Amino acid sequence: MKLKLIALAVTAALATTAQAQISDKVVKIGVLTDMSGVYSDIAGQGTVEATKLAIEDFKAQAKPDFAIEVVAADHQNKGDVSSNKAREWFDREKVDVITELVTTSTALAVMKVAKEKNKLALISGAASTRITNEDCNDVTVHWTYDTYAVSNGTAKAVVKQGGKSWFFLTADYAFGHSLEKDAAEVVTANGGKVLGAVRHPFPGSDFSSFLLKAQGSGAQVIGLANAGADTMNSIKQAAEFGVTPKQSLAGLLMFISDIHGLGLKTTQTMYMTDGFYWDMNKETRDWSKRYFDKMKKMPTMVQAGMYSAVMHYLKAVKAVGSDDTQKVMAQMKKTPVNDFFAKNGKIRDDGRMVHDMYLVQIKKPEESKYAWDYYNVRATIPAAEAFQPLSASRCPLIKK
Amino acid sequence: MTDFFGVPLPALFGQLVLGLVNGSFYAVLSLGLAVIFGMLNIINFAHGALYMMGALFTWMFMEYLGIGYWWSLVLAPLSVGIIGIAIERLLLQWLYKLDHLYGLLLTFGLALILEGFFRHLYGVAGQPYSIPDELSGAINLGFMFLPKYRAWIIFASLAVCLVTWYVIEKTRLGAYLRAATENPALTQAFGINVPLMVMLTYGFGVGLAGLAGVLAAPATQVGPLMGSNLIITVFAVVVIGGMGSILGSILTGLGLGLIEGLTKVFYPEASATVVFIIMAIVLMFRPAGLFGREK
Repeated sequence: MKLKLIALAVTAALATTAQAQISDKVVKIGVLTDMSGVYSDIAGQGTVEATKLAIEDFKAQAKPDFAIEVVAADHQNKGDVSSNKAREWFDREKVDVITELVTTSTALAVMKVAKEKNKLALISGAASTRITNEDCNDVTVHWTYDTYAVSNGTAKAVVKQGGKSWFFLTADYAFGHSLEKDAAEVVTANGGKVLGAVRHPFPGSDFSSFLLKAQGSGAQVIGLANAGADTMNSIKQAAEFGVTPKQSLAGLLMFISDIHGLGLKTTQTMYMTDGFYWDMNKETRDWSKRYFDKMKKMPTMVQAGMYSAVMHYLKAVKAVGSDDTQKVMAQMKKTPVNDFFAKNGKIRDDGRMVHDMYLVQIKKPEESKYAWDYYNVRATIPAAEAFQPLSASRCPLIKK
Repeated sequence: MTDFFGVPLPALFGQLVLGLVNGSFYAVLSLGLAVIFGMLNIINFAHGALYMMGALFTWMFMEYLGIGYWWSLVLAPLSVGIIGIAIERLLLQWLYKLDHLYGLLLTFGLALILEGFFRHLYGVAGQPYSIPDELSGAINLGFMFLPKYRAWIIFASLAVCLVTWYVIEKTRLGAYLRAATENPALTQAFGINVPLMVMLTYGFGVGLAGLAGVLAAPATQVGPLMGSNLIITVFAVVVIGGMGSILGSILTGLGLGLIEGLTKVFYPEASATVVFIIMAIVLMFRPAGLFGREK
């Protein structure tokens, strides 16, 4: 009898310690991203490399007693492909957290699966504010940026510089509309005026007709509420048709890879908001050069943010000694994010990671001294102003 | 200022000229498709990818070899044509006796492989290519500033289209070609090397796609996906004009460019769909297309 009791006690003790530990001694991270489509330059393989760098650094610094594995897959920018992959990863491959998720539809699909399975989703590339508003949940963190953050910074700055009248060139789908709406509100709130908008089909290749309309409106500023190749072609053709420099362009969602693709001659003096620039300080330069050695390109904010998110997650796992979703999430929210990407970043209850954003102006070709020397950082937009305030939140988790 | 349904006339003219520029691309591309379909009975889905290669070659010649725009205008279509000939010899020639569907699937697969290859090499953001100095700047037409380069696109495309039409319809070589299409066995019996003509025709047809690529390089971002964005519209143009009709494809290309331009004035949201709406209507009343003959 006594022996049985001892055995029982030992088993119980073992069981509880096992519970507090990491399931199967492995933390598995799934990077689900656009590997081959229109967003593969801003996210893609670069986010996988950034994840690997985070793991490498974490292992060197924290000497964890658990193994870390990465799996990666192409979601083809499709919601159904993403949710199927997410199920497979969570159910069969014991993935603990799915990361990246550029393109809003993929992010929304995976967030839902993550909630159902009680696993984590760390989003870097997707843009929509819906992720932390209507569709928010308690297992998701939206790390790098959103449409509010990028349009808010640029629109405000341009209006303050005297660009009072605006005309929008908008991609005719949900993302374009929300970008236009977010920016238009900022323009009017700061005393500017919106003269009109033209909606172009997505994706387009010829923007000259729409640019001619924008030219005819006489607006000082043409806001580009589109992304990727559409933005790039709009900018290129605006220069060709003499729209610029008489009227100025404001790219509402642009990445350093776009600037690299277009060249400084076409993009010079444009304003944009970015969440990261490789050439800010020694810390950002050091990391970016390591990244550059692997990818032969400088990182976009999506790729840099990816490192930050994975690193923060791994630290939290180590701190609580468990990969239990709710415990890790609580720890992540409790600790400020401090790395080369974010200083005193904070994860709010709606899942938004708030951090400083940067208003930048593209250098003139003669100002650029070395490869990838593209930005003049004009202002730091403090975290508190950069993102949508909680008071305006439509997220059910936020009690008002 | 005079108005046309609430749109100032100068703005309308401006949009029509731009429509003509786009129409020029449609014309050159659909002409290539029409020639290939007419002679080879192949629905060449790789056309968009070969157009993209024309543009990428232009960029690569400049980037790696320092060869400028004017030389590329000859060299890039030639290179694309040679690649086309290789494709014809190695792959397509085995399919002529089979259903259209096989050619379509093969060329579609080729398009995916070519796009994937260049995406792997250069990523999707694309490469910048500047307008040649001789053609930078704009002409003031009174109602709009027309960049010289756009005027050049219209001029070059029309010239190429007319020459092609003339060669096929009015010369002895063209007569052989048409005969070879009509009855290959009989033409061969007259001592004409039909397989050679077919091979050169395919090379020429995709060379036209390459040329359109060169013309497009300075006007849009040169990237691996540029062809797939355009090719579906061009196929609609070919269907409207009538599969295999040379003059039909030229005229419909230009005409649809104009209609698309007008749509952008009055209801821009529909500008990507209008071509397909017209296609549906044309197919209802003239299943062989506007200029096609029913067989």
